[in-house]
Amino acid sequence: MTLRCIAGIEKPDEGKIVLNDRVLFDSEKGINIPSRLRKVGYLFQNYALFPNMTVEDNIGFGLQKLSKEKRKAVIQEKIEMMKLNGLEKRFPFQLSGGQQQRVALARALAIEPEMLLLDEPFSALDDHLRYLLTKQLIDTLSNYHGITLFVTHNIEEAFRICSELTVLNNGAVESAGKKEDIFRNPDSLSVARITGCKNFSAAKYLSNNELEAVDWGIRLKTDRLITKELKYVGMRAHYIRLALENDRDNVFCCWPSFVNESPFRVTVYLFIGNRPESKQDYHLQWEIPKEKWMEIGREPLPWKICLSPERLIILNR
Amino acid sequence: MNMDFSPLWISLKTTILATLLTFFFGIIAAWFVTRYRGKLKGFLDGLLTLPMVLPPTVVGYFLLILLGKNGPIGKLLYLVGIKIIFTWWSAVLAASVVAFPLMYKTARGAFEQVDINIVYAARTLGVSEWMIFWKVIVPLAWPGIVAGAVLAFTRALGEFGATLMVAGNIPGRTQTIPLAIFFSVESGEMNKAFIWVVLIFVVSLAVMILMNYWNEYQRINTQRIGRRKYGTAGEYKKEASRIHFKGKLQGIRASHGVTWGIRFGQKYDLKMYSGNRKA
Repeated sequence: MTLRCIAGIEKPDEGKIVLNDRVLFDSEKGINIPSRLRKVGYLFQNYALFPNMTVEDNIGFGLQKLSKEKRKAVIQEKIEMMKLNGLEKRFPFQLSGGQQQRVALARALAIEPEMLLLDEPFSALDDHLRYLLTKQLIDTLSNYHGITLFVTHNIEEAFRICSELTVLNNGAVESAGKKEDIFRNPDSLSVARITGCKNFSAAKYLSNNELEAVDWGIRLKTDRLITKELKYVGMRAHYIRLALENDRDNVFCCWPSFVNESPFRVTVYLFIGNRPESKQDYHLQWEIPKEKWMEIGREPLPWKICLSPERLIILNR
Repeated sequence: MNMDFSPLWISLKTTILATLLTFFFGIIAAWFVTRYRGKLKGFLDGLLTLPMVLPPTVVGYFLLILLGKNGPIGKLLYLVGIKIIFTWWSAVLAASVVAFPLMYKTARGAFEQVDINIVYAARTLGVSEWMIFWKVIVPLAWPGIVAGAVLAFTRALGEFGATLMVAGNIPGRTQTIPLAIFFSVESGEMNKAFIWVVLIFVVSLAVMILMNYWNEYQRINTQRIGRRKYGTAGEYKKEASRIHFKGKLQGIRASHGVTWGIRFGQKYDLKMYSGNRKA
C-alpha cells in the first residue's frame, strides 16, 4: 500500500510524499502529481508485463517521446544490462519467471526513475528460485544509482538485499535505520518480533542492572544500564547456551517440555524452575544445530542454561 | 418474379455504418463506465443496456419523439435544415441504438477482465492515458471487443421494429432485408421472402464464423497458450498459422456444408491444446 501511494496508484488519506525535494503528494496543499509524472519505477509482484508486446516493446513502452534511434539505443542498453540478449522478439508468455522479472526491471529502469519500488518480487517463488533471483537482483541493482525501496514480509530477504530497514506496523513507521542496528537493538516488541526474536517476557525494573522477567519467574542481570521505562525483555532462541563452569550470572535450571525437529536444527521448548506438567507448558524456545542436540540430549536433567547478559534484548515499548 | 436487390445494399450499408458507430461509442462508453466509480454507475449501466431489453418498437417510439419535427433534437436539426426521420440515416441510427448495448456490454466485460496492475504499470512509465488506452487496454480486451462487434453487426443486420418506426418502409431508400421479408410475406410473395431469409441467414452465419475464426487466430498469436518450443515470435506466428491453415483444409475435406465450422472447431482444439496447454 505504501508503495502504491508513492507510485501514485493509490491516493493516501493524508500526509506528504517528498522525493529528492520534489513534492509528489501533500494532502494539506492539495498536491497530487499523477503517476506518469512522478518518475518512480515500480516492479509489480506479478511483473505486470504487457502480454501483447514483445520484450523490446515492453522495455521501450515508456520511451514514446524519444526518437526511434535513441529508443533503440536505450532498449539495447537495458537488454545487455539485464542479460536478455536473444529474447528481444519474444512475448512475455514465452519467458521463464526469472526472465519476466528481468524484463519488468528493464522496463522500469528504462525511464531512468529517481526511485525504484519493488513489491514483494519473490513472494510467489520457491526457495531455490528465490535465492537465485535474489542474487541476480543484487547484481543488477548495484548498477542503479537511485533509491530502491524493497517491500517484503520476509525479514531474512530484507536483510540480504537492503542496507537500511524500515519496519512498518499498522501503516506507521515503527523503527528505521541501518539493518545491523535494528537487529542488534530493536526498540520495540513488534520490531524485535519481526527480526525473528522468539522469546519475550514482561519485565520489571529492579535496579540499574537487574530486572525481573515476570513471565519466566526469574531475575536477570544486564550488562547495560536499564531505566524504569523497561517493559519487556527478549532473548533470541539461538543465543541461549548451556552454562559453563565459570558462568555466575543468569544461570537457570530447566527441563525440556517438548522437542521439535527440523532437518538441520532442533527447537527445544524449555520450562524454567521445575519439571513441566504438560507439553504446553514452556518458557523459552531454544534453537540448536542437530549435532549439538545429540550432545545435550545425553546431559542429565535438569539442564543448566545461561542467558548471557550481553545477549538480552531490552525493550522499553 | 422480378427481384429488387436494393434491400441487400441498404441493409449492408446500414449495418456496416451502424457497426462502426457502435464500435467506437460502445468502446468509449464501456471504458468510461468501467473506470467510473461514482454512485450513478448502476443507473448509467442500466440506461446504456436498456435498448437491448426494451421492445424495439419502444426504442423506435423514443427515437421518434426525440428526432421528430417537434422533438428536442429534431427541432434543432430542423433549424439547420436537416430532416432525419424517414431517411436512410434514421435507419442507421435505429440499428446503432439497438445494437449498442451488445457492443457496450461485451466490451465492458472485456475491460473489467484486464489486469489492472498492467494499467498501473503503464502509468508509472510516464505514458499518456490515451496511449495506454489504445496500445495496452484495447489490445488486451481485443477478443471481447471483436465479439461485441460481431454481435452488434448481426443485431444491426436483423433490426426491424425500431427501423420501421423511424425510417419507415420506403423501397429503395429505407427498406432493409428484414423489412422486405415482412412486407413480402404480408403481400403473399413467399418465394421472395424465402430468398431474403436464405440471404440474411447466410450473411449472418458467414460473418459470425469469419469473425470467430479471426478472433481465434488473434488469440493464438497474442495470448498465453503455454510455453512452446518456438524461439522467436516470428517462428511462433508462422507455426500458429500453419496449424491454422492445415486445420482449415482438414475441416473442409472432412465434411460439407454447414457443419464444417463445428467440425473444424473440434479438430482445432485437439491440435492446439493437446499436451501444450499449461494452465
